[in-house]
Amino acid sequence: MTANASTNAKIDASPSGMQEVEKRPKNGAEILIQALHDQGVDIVFGYPGGAVLHVYDAMYKNPIRHILTRHEQGAIHAAEGYARVSNKPGVVIATSGPGATNLVTGITDAMIDSIPLVIFTGQVATNVIGSDAFQEADIIGITTPITKHNYQVQDVNDIPRIVKEAFHIANTGRKGPVLIDLPKNISTAIFDETKANVPDEVYLPGYQPNYKPNYLQIQKAIQAISEAKKPVVLVGAGVLFADACDELVEFVEKYRLPVVTTLLGLGSIPGTHELNYGMAGMHGAVVANDAITKSDLIINIGSRFDDRLTGDTSRFAPEAKIIHIDIDPAEIGKNIRTDIPIVADAKEALKALLKNDFKAPDTAEWIDYLNKVREEYPFWYEADDKEVLPQQIIELIHKITNGDAIVTTDVGQHQMWAAQYYLQNHSHQWVTSGGLGTMGFGLPAAIGAQFAKPDKKVISILGDAGFQMTLQELALLKEFNLPVKVIIINNAALGMVRQWQELFYDGRYSQSLMPVQPDFVKLAESYGIKGYRIQTIDEAEKILTEAINSDEPVLVDCRVKQLENVYPMVPAGKALFEMVGVKKF
Amino acid sequence: MKRVITVTVINQSGVLNRVTGLLMKRQFNIESITVGHTEQPNISKMTLVVNIEDDVKLEQLIKQLSKQIDVLKVNDITDKSIVLRELALVKVVSPPNLRLEMNAIVEPFRPQIVDTSKNVVTYQVVGHPDKIDAFIELVRPYGIKELTRTGVTATVREVQQSFYESAPLSLLK
Repeated sequence: MTANASTNAKIDASPSGMQEVEKRPKNGAEILIQALHDQGVDIVFGYPGGAVLHVYDAMYKNPIRHILTRHEQGAIHAAEGYARVSNKPGVVIATSGPGATNLVTGITDAMIDSIPLVIFTGQVATNVIGSDAFQEADIIGITTPITKHNYQVQDVNDIPRIVKEAFHIANTGRKGPVLIDLPKNISTAIFDETKANVPDEVYLPGYQPNYKPNYLQIQKAIQAISEAKKPVVLVGAGVLFADACDELVEFVEKYRLPVVTTLLGLGSIPGTHELNYGMAGMHGAVVANDAITKSDLIINIGSRFDDRLTGDTSRFAPEAKIIHIDIDPAEIGKNIRTDIPIVADAKEALKALLKNDFKAPDTAEWIDYLNKVREEYPFWYEADDKEVLPQQIIELIHKITNGDAIVTTDVGQHQMWAAQYYLQNHSHQWVTSGGLGTMGFGLPAAIGAQFAKPDKKVISILGDAGFQMTLQELALLKEFNLPVKVIIINNAALGMVRQWQELFYDGRYSQSLMPVQPDFVKLAESYGIKGYRIQTIDEAEKILTEAINSDEPVLVDCRVKQLENVYPMVPAGKALFEMVGVKKF
Repeated sequence: MKRVITVTVINQSGVLNRVTGLLMKRQFNIESITVGHTEQPNISKMTLVVNIEDDVKLEQLIKQLSKQIDVLKVNDITDKSIVLRELALVKVVSPPNLRLEMNAIVEPFRPQIVDTSKNVVTYQVVGHPDKIDAFIELVRPYGIKELTRTGVTATVREVQQSFYESAPLSLLK
């Protein structure tokens, strides 16, 4: 019994009534809600419907905080934002059929970015599964390739065990989404505690993630690091999921190792740290890509060598030995040859490396070189007195918030500019869709992030196109008075698509311009949110300061230069050292 | 190269779909797949014969299969000393005047006649897939009316001969 449920019983019932509450047999839906309480779930994002009516009724009686989004996609992206910021699993409920299929994009996004989620979907009753019943969809079949694991509950007495296992699977090893499909008749079936088989500790014989690094491999890594002349630590989101940022900083400071990060690894080391040479990859810093290319030892901690990071894999880090630390053995050797594989949790591996005092490599010359490159090739743009540049907006946001805000983004040009110019001071404050590149992610993710950290400033930097994919969630900002700052980098285009068409398709802008946009300020106002518009750079700082420092939700429509491109850039299929646009033209 | 891979799984609904779906998603080409119960309750074993380009892909296949929650063990047994068997049912046109001749020709394969009618005989032949291929080629000129094969199942021999280990005579390579 949770505090909530017993309090309710005390308030609304006489002693005999209370007894009735205690003794009354429970149905599957009530057991499910109880199981969520037992897991310590404090917030659920969802959308009701026919097949989950019993679950919502049970939730009404045994309250758990539920956020009703305006679309199931909003619910799952909000849960992702919540999970990223809180480092706890996000929980989602949707009904059968369309409710469940509307989650598919978010589930795939969570799978590829290893975000822990537990998703409950309703299902038609077991006796009609397979008969093409109303709102029936084979969500188990649909989500098998895009979940870490999924379950269809066949027996009401299995619910507590399955929920426990699902949270365990989602939040251990390489994290990921787990889906539980609950047929309607199971949610009404009467639960028999004597038949429930709930282990104290989850034990799954086919799932035993390895946390501790192998001793010999650590010794090999130590030797390689000691002997290296040009080592680079490449940091991915694995360090964040393992909560190993302090260990990372301690390690690289102790041995004076330069660090570069992936897009999702941003924030694992402060953006302004002297040993942080920034993001590598397609739109990464010149110095970061140069460091990888010239390095003789890459120490990859928790990154999966994604193609947006590596460019042409055959010419990635051509001179380097590779140490790859990853909790998922399947990532090692998948994309890039590995010399010293270490299957382990990032925190455990870093602790093991720190425990041994070994000879530090002499990196002074290497660091001098990298500092020179960093100075010579900063991110650049050419200010324009007629139009506002998107980079200027991000720089201003950074200045106003001091790099302390939680930033969520959508996908595309604005995302890359945010990654380049918003240097994160803290970990777990950078929320973006990396692997899947999901437009429409940013606004709902900001909502989830704000629920996770109500006292933090949350800035949602969005493109005008991506914003329009999930803009219905603005209603939640008003409803819950979430002080999210929605900043739209409005170039009236699908900016990244347009950029590629400009560079690789001779400027044939096929379906990438959006000449007709709604009036975003009025749109915000219609949701009861204050809207601002920025049209010149002179007014930008004043408006952004007022908007960002407000205690309320706001929307800022920033009209920026349409033809601005993201540079530098590694063209698709090229090697990291073949970057273009590294300096002002 | 062809590889023989055994996958020990928890016998839950959907587990076959998980394995075949994963192979499809990662673009592996399944030559044959067989599934059946093992000596342990609730545990089944699959035997896959897969066409794989190189060692990196092979390593990926084994690691990705091992990652599945319902998969207990994955073994590539191709280079071990193993017993590899398949069963085929072959319906061959066999008029009475040719039947004696046919039976004499197929005799070395030790097939069983499991069904017969005036002009058709059904052979059951068991053995290494190569042997079954050879049998099929042998009876093809007589006219194969219908052919069905089970796919390969395999088990590792109790005694692993060092002869095989020093010179891997991959049975399926």
